[in-house]
Amino acid sequence: MNRAALLVLADGRFPAGGHAHSGGAEPAVAVGRIRDAESLEDFCRGRLHTAGLVAAALAAAAAAGHDPLALDTAADTRTPVAALRDTARKLGRQMMRAARATWPSAELDALAAARPRGAHQPVVLGVAARSAGLEPLDAAYAALYETVSGPATATVRLLSLDPFDATAVLARLVPELDRVAATATATARRVAEEGVDVLPAASAPLLDISAQQHATRPARLFAS
Amino acid sequence: MTPDTAPAPPAGRSTGAVGVRATARVTAAARAGATVLPVLDGDGPFEFRRLRSRDTEARVCVVGAMSAPLGGDRLRIEATALQGASLHITSAAATLALRGPTTAHATYDVHLTVADHAEIRWLPKPLISAAGSNLRQAWTIDLAPTARLVLREEQVLGRMGEPPGHVATRLTVRRGGHVLLDQEAEYGPGAPGWDTPAVLGHHRATGQILLIEPDFDESPLEPQVLIETPDDAQAVLTPLAGPAALITAIAPDGFRLRRILNAAYATSADTSNRARQ
Repeated sequence: MNRAALLVLADGRFPAGGHAHSGGAEPAVAVGRIRDAESLEDFCRGRLHTAGLVAAALAAAAAAGHDPLALDTAADTRTPVAALRDTARKLGRQMMRAARATWPSAELDALAAARPRGAHQPVVLGVAARSAGLEPLDAAYAALYETVSGPATATVRLLSLDPFDATAVLARLVPELDRVAATATATARRVAEEGVDVLPAASAPLLDISAQQHATRPARLFAS
Repeated sequence: MTPDTAPAPPAGRSTGAVGVRATARVTAAARAGATVLPVLDGDGPFEFRRLRSRDTEARVCVVGAMSAPLGGDRLRIEATALQGASLHITSAAATLALRGPTTAHATYDVHLTVADHAEIRWLPKPLISAAGSNLRQAWTIDLAPTARLVLREEQVLGRMGEPPGHVATRLTVRRGGHVLLDQEAEYGPGAPGWDTPAVLGHHRATGQILLIEPDFDESPLEPQVLIETPDDAQAVLTPLAGPAALITAIAPDGFRLRRILNAAYATSADTSNRARQ
């Protein structure tokens, strides 16, 4: 176990561009679907079990050394909304830049060369975790923590929500985050035998619809 | 989460302890500028009725699905359009998932195979997930590179004034052997996070229309969002990573769901007609 490397990778200040994204919280705040700590928690729980589970399994599989290009295609087939594919690749490109500077590796170089416009962020995250000497479970945790901490941080800014309340939301989600991380990692372990089709593909209609809507909104604080 | 994808049960059915096992099959073939149906075998709760053909399209209605699936049932429909054939499938009534004699889940799987220059239009009535029901549905769709598809699926979570049952679906679409779309959804009691503001919120009806059209390679549809009011039905039309587009909609009820799906579908038809002109 390499705890310090995981802290570096999962730190909100890791320069991978995540601070410019709200994980769907901004459009949810705009229409009142997130209006307080309770609805933020519900939102994060929904995201954790859908987009979070998918991202964590992709990251864990990439960290285990499975073909990142096959995983990148699997991410495309699990992301029907064009705006979310664009966001995932943009974030992947930024994560790649940060990861290559932090933990240089031939695997990161190869993925960057094969996907110059950016691979899906969870795949890059997984390969970065691998380059940092981390395990698949670590990569799943990093993906899941970002899944919920992004919307929580953004909501503090968007709603002037008390940061103590937002952090308490994250703390309350910890047991579920543990369970989803275990599920994602267990599923990723089956990729060797069963291929990428075994990975989860959980969908979230409200995240999908509002992401596409948000992408065309002129006045927005966050890119997604 | 993954629906039971055990090998298809044999033709015919038994009504043992697990409930009804049935596999209904329809095959469409092109003959002399029309589509004929060399296989049209109902089974269990599924019966097929031939409707009047429209142009080169053979049309079939699934009847009698009203009382199924019940807990423990293993139901499957296989539809195949052979090269150049055009098959349109509807249903006479909504499919009502009920609890049945056990709390065990039922499966209701649909497998569509579309050959080159063939088309399937699968446009049934909604699935209603009644209180206490537990259904797993797997859609597996295999298309040849020049095949076309229109697929609509709608889920209404609970009948009027009752809580929903549990429904889990997985939709896997392959085109030319490669996965084009892979999607799972799980709603109702026991499904984590399903009624949160990230997934369905207060909405109790959700549906999709999947459009696969080789022409979209050249002229993909533009993304579009339809919102009736912020708190009411909403839909997104989005191009997939491939010659396909997906309309995803949510609404408070089945009526408003169908209305916004139809509106989004009309938009897509306008857009693709303009692109072809």
